[in-house]
Amino acid sequence: MTIRVFVPADSSALSVGAGDVALAIAAQAAARGSAIELVRNGSRGLSWLEPLVEVATPAGRVAYGPVTVADVPGLLDAGFLAGADHPLALGLTDEIPYLKKQERLTFARVGITDPLSLADYAAHGGFAGLRAALSLTPGEIVAAVTESGLRGRGGAAFPAGIKWQTVLAAAGDEKYVVCNADEGDSGTFSDRLLLEGDPFCLIEGMLIAGLAVGARKGYIYLRSEYPHAWRTLNAAILRAREAGLLGDDVLGSGRSFDIEARLGGGAYICGEETALLESVEGRRGQVRAKPPLPAITGLFGKPTAINNVITLASVPIILASGAAFYRDYGMGRSRGTLPFQLAGNVLRGGLVEKAFGLTLDELLNDFGGGTASGRPIRAAQVGGPLGAYVPVQDFDLPLDYEAFAARGAMLGHGGVVVFDDTVDMGRMARFAMEFCAAESCGKCTPCRIGSTRGVEVIERILAGENRGTNLPLLEDLCTLMIDGSLCAMGGMTPYPVLSLLKHFPADFGLADK
Amino acid sequence: MIHSELLHRLIAAHPPRQDSLLPILHSIQDELGWVPPEATEPLARALNLSRAEVHGVISFYPHLRSVQPGRHVLQLCRAEACQARGSAALEAHVRARLGIAFHETSADGAISLEPVYCLGNCACGPSLRVGDEIVGRVDASRFDALLVALQEDVA
Repeated sequence: MTIRVFVPADSSALSVGAGDVALAIAAQAAARGSAIELVRNGSRGLSWLEPLVEVATPAGRVAYGPVTVADVPGLLDAGFLAGADHPLALGLTDEIPYLKKQERLTFARVGITDPLSLADYAAHGGFAGLRAALSLTPGEIVAAVTESGLRGRGGAAFPAGIKWQTVLAAAGDEKYVVCNADEGDSGTFSDRLLLEGDPFCLIEGMLIAGLAVGARKGYIYLRSEYPHAWRTLNAAILRAREAGLLGDDVLGSGRSFDIEARLGGGAYICGEETALLESVEGRRGQVRAKPPLPAITGLFGKPTAINNVITLASVPIILASGAAFYRDYGMGRSRGTLPFQLAGNVLRGGLVEKAFGLTLDELLNDFGGGTASGRPIRAAQVGGPLGAYVPVQDFDLPLDYEAFAARGAMLGHGGVVVFDDTVDMGRMARFAMEFCAAESCGKCTPCRIGSTRGVEVIERILAGENRGTNLPLLEDLCTLMIDGSLCAMGGMTPYPVLSLLKHFPADFGLADK
Repeated sequence: MIHSELLHRLIAAHPPRQDSLLPILHSIQDELGWVPPEATEPLARALNLSRAEVHGVISFYPHLRSVQPGRHVLQLCRAEACQARGSAALEAHVRARLGIAFHETSADGAISLEPVYCLGNCACGPSLRVGDEIVGRVDASRFDALLVALQEDVA
């Protein structure tokens, strides 16, 4: 009997040797006369265990990890193809507490299926949302998304249904759906995991979005830093087209929708929606003034529903299981689940999809297991390079958009970067400004010039130069950037800086306030 | 004009519209490893743009290189998640080993070093990218082994 063995082809797994492990397992199993079918799945999101190899057994999938090429002969000797015990054995994958405690709605298939198998996709609930949507009017689809409480997962958390309603109601013969896959925030990788692990889920979400707003064409703008995702995504689009899922007659419905993937150019600012649209149109990725909103005047001047990967990939389950099913997860106005990403100096880094409402402490200590270095956690930066640093005393914060905002922080795209007590916060504050200077699109002065002045004044404070004057100057500069910048790049770079000044003044040579 | 034929073939493979510019530039760089200056004029003509507009796009995107790189382009992640895992020390080691700073090419022409802000491998950092491969959990010894392999690879 052929045994199914799963070795992820996800970027993270490949980055730590999964490609060679897969080759070694295939070659050595063949040499021993064992018939195996090697499936290159996406990642389960247990990044610290990558490469995580699984074997299908009658009792379920059994996991081993992290597996190196050198471990392969020993694993075969121990009988891992039958799920036998071994020092690297982790038991049944589904029983690993990190996974078992999650609530995987958007990531239900990621790591389980073959990412490029439409049959596998359909066998695991794929297309149920699209089929439901095909029987609804555009208004009914939009209503379902609105009622689900789904908010933009890219970071801004704007209600997706309201955005879609605006596009639906906008006059125009041509409308577009644009997927923002320019996941540039450090500490975030959920878009990538989904693109590499379940690309048909995004395609299904975009199809539903197209039906909802009346668009026949969708674009996916992917960052160039994701070469593996680019290959997987293009292969998935091709297969979807061949299967009649995309094209002139979507699933035989007579409706038309196609998707084109575009590759970015390494510019962080293109994750800002209007800069992204400029980039797709073939120009420098410079931010547009708003209004007009992209929902009214978007891509090529047409009404455009532009959403993040996770937002769109959450739509199929909402249509398949109903708005109430999704809305029943979460707390307050943060409904559903968020795929949190545990990154940086954390023992068990990876993807944790949970309903909103668990605390940062639960996420970082119960799931994350504290730091990888074994030292105490000092702070976590939540929400990417524009997000505040949250000190340990605030780890009681529930993961909820409003709760974070109330304490001057933001949840953003759900990325959490953990730092231990060796971190130099003065250096991190300087880096925040340096990053903004490197990535500013240059259109508005507070961001373009302010970031460089920010680096300089932080350097002077750190050097102990005239702190009494330079500290108010930095605070004044931050206020100006917040109030005067055209977009979140310059407008939010001050948040990490100000949070560090507030919580860690000693790192700037300042006395505790 | 050694690239002339190639440029015209790549340009002709896309619709003659402004939004084809970035896809064409990617295809040029995929073929040549960079975007040579002689690409600007035919691109502008084909897409009905000014040379300034084409140059503006090439110079805006860090991914696009207007200078010929070394045999391998090595991008080292400088973002926060990798910093939390010790990338600053790795960065110092890499610069010392190669004897170059960011945006420079080693004397033997083997490696061009570039900064990158996040490769999406944030739970397995420090990370770097060589060509289209991402390498995670990089420390000084893993980097040294990788460097030997790259220096020997003259293909």
